[in-house]
Amino acid sequence: MWNSLSVMTVKQLFSSYPYATDFFSSLPNLQQSEDSSVAQYFAAIEDDTLLDLGIDRQEFLDQFLSFMLQMEKLKEDKVKIESITIIGGKDKQGKAEDIELTIHAGEIVCIVGPTGSGKSRLLADIEWVAQQDTPTNRKILINEQLPDMRCRFSVEHKLVAQLSQNMNFIMDLSVGEFVSMHAESRMLENIEEITSHIIAKANELAGEEFSSDVPVTSLSGGQSRALMIADTAYLSSSPIVLIDEIENAGIDRQNALRLLIDKQKIVLMATHDPILALMGDKRIVIKNGGISSVIQTSEEERRNLVLLTTIDRKMLAIREMLRNGGRIDEIPV
Amino acid sequence: MQLITVAGPPSAGKTSVMLKIIETLQEETLKVGVVKFDCLSTQDQILYQKKGIEAKIGLSGNLCPDHFFVSNIQDCLLWSQKNNLDMLITESAGLCNRCSPHIRDVMAVCVIDNLSGVNTPRKVGPMLKLADIVIITKGDIVSQAEREVFAFRVKQANPSAIIVHVNGITGQGAREVGQLFKRAQSVDSLTDCHLRFSMPAATCSYCLGQTRIGQNFQMGNVRKMDLS
Repeated sequence: MWNSLSVMTVKQLFSSYPYATDFFSSLPNLQQSEDSSVAQYFAAIEDDTLLDLGIDRQEFLDQFLSFMLQMEKLKEDKVKIESITIIGGKDKQGKAEDIELTIHAGEIVCIVGPTGSGKSRLLADIEWVAQQDTPTNRKILINEQLPDMRCRFSVEHKLVAQLSQNMNFIMDLSVGEFVSMHAESRMLENIEEITSHIIAKANELAGEEFSSDVPVTSLSGGQSRALMIADTAYLSSSPIVLIDEIENAGIDRQNALRLLIDKQKIVLMATHDPILALMGDKRIVIKNGGISSVIQTSEEERRNLVLLTTIDRKMLAIREMLRNGGRIDEIPV
Repeated sequence: MQLITVAGPPSAGKTSVMLKIIETLQEETLKVGVVKFDCLSTQDQILYQKKGIEAKIGLSGNLCPDHFFVSNIQDCLLWSQKNNLDMLITESAGLCNRCSPHIRDVMAVCVIDNLSGVNTPRKVGPMLKLADIVIITKGDIVSQAEREVFAFRVKQANPSAIIVHVNGITGQGAREVGQLFKRAQSVDSLTDCHLRFSMPAATCSYCLGQTRIGQNFQMGNVRKMDLS
């Protein structure tokens, strides 16, 4: 790789590999002409500058090459994940979990069980692609095959994206800047288009509208959650989305979940909210560190979901009345 | 005996994460000890000792903490050999972003947290750039997007490192890092070993206790800002 890069001018380097600027932006301004070759550029860096950076010349070159190599790798297409399979291990008492469960892209599976029952361990097993090398002795298959174990430690092959109630935005950026920064890190090309698309989607999901100029930190809870879900649906590289409850305020939860499954995500949701739980195709029941059963959502439950949704809409309508300064003297039946 | 050097900015979550990782190693009956390097004071040895982990404290006081580290690391190794430890973990705070206690052929770990902001990976020097493993903490309170951008920036700063997320409160990810720690090289002695990179030099009049400000009192290794 060095052979081809070293003879380019710095200017050519930046135009052929725009992300290369990221490598140089963390360095002090070396005041070198962009017409010098990459080789000349590195040769002309003074020893004192390297000392300041805390790196020697060869290591610095190696780091540059490894940077370019890794960034190029990010652009490669990844194997599409169609399904994950959980092959049972054992619970805390050593009792075997008699289970083999395959979850397909576009499916929602809920996980229920009391605190401390082992929900997190199950999710950790999936994230780690356990191969009978965790305390539960479970085995995870991807696309019904043994996975490439490199995904355990690779940033770009991370299997699980997480979304929980106590997550917040901390960056000092506007919504637009924020989303496009995420898109840049995915090495996408049509950044503007995708950014405005995501913000429009998030607005569809959020109860109250927001523009791309507002700082992410000043979004309401519902708006934040809507933006996080839209952003995860479009920009997260992870095929599995793990959700830890979604609060029932300021966000259209059913459409939010639909967006994720439309994007062919595998959605795992730890929830005890009846509406969310019944939206799932299946529920995994966890007891005592093991999967005690898998419940298929029944026809009756689907019918009850309609009923629950009606009740939920009523609650939301009452909430809206309160928000607008109304009185709750009568509840419409 | 295996040795691992862990470094990271103050409050990144080094101690919490190490406690969780060591717990998983103890389950495999490994005897792990910790030497914590700090500047002024620390109570962290109590946290370690509560978990039955042998722990020693090194306070650098008015010396540069990383220079203090290098001057003591061989003695720490002897201490852990005397105590028949299987693994010694040293923990130190990289206070100036330029320091790095990492030693050649010794597993080097950097702990850095999501809350420090997405530009931080670009600002931290050899401590991050020359580490073998980078542990990112506090992922449970920021958004997925921020986690991904942060990890991406860490990867840009250190493309060859293994990057892992560990939650210091729940321990999520700790067991997996424990498995990595078990691959650390064995070290019998550090005499004649080299640091991965030189530490920042100072040796100016202020190193020697000068407190007055002004041109007349600046001697030795002095560098001036370009304010033009």
